[in-house]
Amino acid sequence: MSTGHEAHAPTAGEYIVHHLTHLNSTGHAQTAIIDWSVWNLDTIFFSIAMGVVTLFILITAANKATSGVPGRFQAAIEILFEMVADQAKGIVHSAESRKFVAPVALTVFFWIFLMNSMDFLPVDLLPKIWALITGDEHAYLRVVPTADLNGTLGMSIGVLLICVYYNIKIKGFGGWVHELFTAPFGSHPLLYPINFLMQMIEFLAKTVSHGMRLFGNMYAGELVFMLIALMGGTATVFGFLGHVVAGSIWAVFHILIVALQAFIFMMLTLVYIGQAHESH
Amino acid sequence: MNLNATLVAQLVVFFILAWVTMKFVWPPIVKALDERAKKIADGLTAADKAKSDLAHAEKKVVEELRKARESATDVRASAEKQAAVFVDEARAEAARIIAQAREAAEAEAGVAAQRAKEALRDQVAQLAVAGAEKILRKEINAQAHADLLANLKQELQ
Repeated sequence: MSTGHEAHAPTAGEYIVHHLTHLNSTGHAQTAIIDWSVWNLDTIFFSIAMGVVTLFILITAANKATSGVPGRFQAAIEILFEMVADQAKGIVHSAESRKFVAPVALTVFFWIFLMNSMDFLPVDLLPKIWALITGDEHAYLRVVPTADLNGTLGMSIGVLLICVYYNIKIKGFGGWVHELFTAPFGSHPLLYPINFLMQMIEFLAKTVSHGMRLFGNMYAGELVFMLIALMGGTATVFGFLGHVVAGSIWAVFHILIVALQAFIFMMLTLVYIGQAHESH
Repeated sequence: MNLNATLVAQLVVFFILAWVTMKFVWPPIVKALDERAKKIADGLTAADKAKSDLAHAEKKVVEELRKARESATDVRASAEKQAAVFVDEARAEAARIIAQAREAAEAEAGVAAQRAKEALRDQVAQLAVAGAEKILRKEINAQAHADLLANLKQELQ
């Protein structure tokens, strides 16, 4: 890919920083670590776009679903469907909860798989097109929603809310509060604060690690693609060959990461929701 | 990696997608898969039943064949027996007819012989008269000696 190797070409550092800056509602890079007035328009656009594609695929499969002989498309979707349904059955033991939890897992798997797959597009393709559309050569655009911490934490907090919902639904609000103070160390007034602290840390750690794991993998993957693209950007024979060889190898390896991270996110979603069903 | 309101947007999108999947994707696929599983199970049951029916039918066929063969043997035996009876009857009838015919022939022959005897007697009497006439030409008068000739004829009977 072209990396803008012109006379006033950006340095490698500028190139990377430019590609890691979101197109947000302020129009320039966000400076504060947390700023709730800012929206990352690129993440929102691409995650909704991938969500629409996900629903399109799934609803097409659902409409075509027959009890007769399945076509190839239907069979492929059914294989994934059965995989998710089996995992859900093994982890969440309440059939009533599975009516919601299993579709959540299926959605999460498809959606994250597609969002991760945005990494396979050449790193400069969509940003370049966006720059041409806006006429601003420095227009920011990041195309992988899962390489944005907001995207992944948004989903993992969604899972946390589902966990809280099922904790209250299964154990009752009183039962859950009781568990928060008496588990894991036991019911003793002296242990209440320690138990509660442990529970809070557990929820925080689960949620943060859940989102961070996906974010870290996709962010690193994106970064490596950019570094490989920089090699090609040198416009030398060595750089070109290096770009082709390293780019191919990393892209092939990345297929594994894309699918694996989507699967891990889905499995952890099921595991956390399954834990919400179990009493200590 | 800065946090901002995108997180909330993503959270909302997450729940919308999950809800749509739960409402419009999951149930029809589950239904189709369950129906197919049932169809396959029914098909397998039907195949098993057909197989056992076939085995049953084959057994029945063998049994029927055996019965048919047995009854054929019976029929043949009784037919042979009956044929033998017919032959015997026919033979007896034939013997009876022959005996009857022979009897009738014998009776007829007896009558004929009687008739021949009587004819012969007449002729002998005439011959005797003729002979006696020749011998006694002159002396004997047929009319005068009619009684004598009648007596002689009577004796020859």
